[in-house]
Amino acid sequence: MTSTTNSDQNLWKDVWTLAEQKGDKLHPVSYELLGRGRSLADARGSRLCAVVIGCWVPQHDLQELIERGADCIYLVDNPDLKNFLVEPYARILRFLIEKYHPEIVIAAATTTGRTVLPYVSAQIRAGLTADCTGLEIENDTGLLLQTRPAIGGNILATIKTPDARPQMATVRPKSTRIPEKQPGRMGEIIRIDSVTHLLDSRVKFEQYIPDVSGCASIEDADIIIAGGAGVNKAEGFALIEKLAAQLGGAVGASRPCVDHGWQAYPRQVGLSGKTVSPRLYIACGISGAIQHLAGIQTAESIIAINTDPNAPIFQLADLGIVGNMFDILPVLVDKLENTSRDHIPVG
Amino acid sequence: MKIIVSIKQVPETSKVKMDPISGTMIRTGMESIINPLDLYAIETAIRLKEKLGGTISIISMGPLQAVKAIREAIAMGCDDGVLLCDKAFGGADTWATAYTLSLGIQKLGGADLILCGERATDGDTGQVGPGLAAMLDLPLITYVGKVESLTAEYLQAERLVEGGREIVSVKLPALITVVKEIAVPRLPTLRGILRAKESTVNIWGPTDVSADPNLIGLKGSPTRVVRIHHPQVTRKGECITVKGQADLDQAAQRIVDFMKQRNIL
Repeated sequence: MTSTTNSDQNLWKDVWTLAEQKGDKLHPVSYELLGRGRSLADARGSRLCAVVIGCWVPQHDLQELIERGADCIYLVDNPDLKNFLVEPYARILRFLIEKYHPEIVIAAATTTGRTVLPYVSAQIRAGLTADCTGLEIENDTGLLLQTRPAIGGNILATIKTPDARPQMATVRPKSTRIPEKQPGRMGEIIRIDSVTHLLDSRVKFEQYIPDVSGCASIEDADIIIAGGAGVNKAEGFALIEKLAAQLGGAVGASRPCVDHGWQAYPRQVGLSGKTVSPRLYIACGISGAIQHLAGIQTAESIIAINTDPNAPIFQLADLGIVGNMFDILPVLVDKLENTSRDHIPVG
Repeated sequence: MKIIVSIKQVPETSKVKMDPISGTMIRTGMESIINPLDLYAIETAIRLKEKLGGTISIISMGPLQAVKAIREAIAMGCDDGVLLCDKAFGGADTWATAYTLSLGIQKLGGADLILCGERATDGDTGQVGPGLAAMLDLPLITYVGKVESLTAEYLQAERLVEGGREIVSVKLPALITVVKEIAVPRLPTLRGILRAKESTVNIWGPTDVSADPNLIGLKGSPTRVVRIHHPQVTRKGECITVKGQADLDQAAQRIVDFMKQRNIL
């Protein structure tokens, strides 16, 4: 472990985002991060740079990073970087940080970001805040203010890193929208080729096995029908499944349903599960614990059905129905059955 | 095989009090439990020991009452434990916590395999495990959902990642963080509880582990909590109350209309 002296803060400038490659192209979260990064870079009057570590990254995707807000791309493209392995990725990121001195480094709070950033920040003694939902620059100090839920989403803590550099954060995927493309926007691509000495890995990658479950995953779904404690039992999800199938949506669940074993963990919505950003979220029998609300706040539209008029979920709903989901859903399913004859669901 | 499991004691309820001055949690006087996600790491360690033989040491940092969590882990089937406990360790962020735990692990002489839970349910960061691996210069495998095979020198594991699973392997020593899917934690046996009562839990302070006083506790933490607030989210949407059977049709119709308005239907 080495400890860097980070005292000369003027040395540290620019905002960096860490892009992620998925298969043969960049993962959409790479573009989402640019929205966060752009506003921070503008507030600091600095450049926004995207770090791309991968293999055969398409030129088109690099161009898209620039069109969506990056001023500069540090590209490390090598066949050995096809799959994520923490040691080479961390060594490269550390090499770049120590060479170019970014003031702020943000990555997505994915399994990759949440592995490589703590590894690097531990080595260089940078400040790192996990799973942020809000990032802004403090007016008088220019420091990064990082807001994140803690204690199951019961509180929001704002955290800063007064002295250590860079200031690092992981942010929830789908917690902001992808910034619009600005066709013709110009940026610089810096290829870093001399990395062969950084590529060793004690962990060996053997195989990737994609999930083949037939149902839509909640992270990618345009419509999510989710059940909560009000569903009462595993069988209660039958109605929700039916509505989801009708609308071409995915089934989600709040934490209690997963804790009770009514639904599997991959369907859990909320900070302890997945943060989602669908076009429509229908919450059935979900009271709306803060940790759940924080996981759905970027949904375009929210409909809530709950028997308790004081349930916090109604605070976040565009349309609230105070009533029993077991009364309302069958009527809704019937209505949609008739409606679907003249309308084709989108997405 | 020598195994170390790093655990954290966390408050049992969600009723947590915060220190308004330091912005850190007030841990004293609260009912505390082993971080539920650490139970999966403990269970995994015990299963591996049952298969390959060896010892399991528990390490934790926290107030004196965290000895209870260590004894619970011993009661489940671990062998011994050490608690890093001192006022000077207090207020540590994930960097200072990883640093302190790494010193404790070094004093224990390291291990063939170190296990951590995915994250703690109070801080929710998941940063200490990876940080610990970096500080100990160990290879790291995160989000392990299954140990495919383990010998005295070699580990093959399955990582649960977005959209699928990754099979990776490593020559030991290594540090892994495990997720819920890996195993169902066992309950302590009566014999285990008795054994845990009699076992010694060492308490180590900064000098015991030769800690740099500038790198531990709040002082050694690069990050500072500047504000704690209670989140407020609101969209101020419309609300319909279903009072009787007659309202049902109207409510369902409103949902259909809403979906049409928003171009979902």
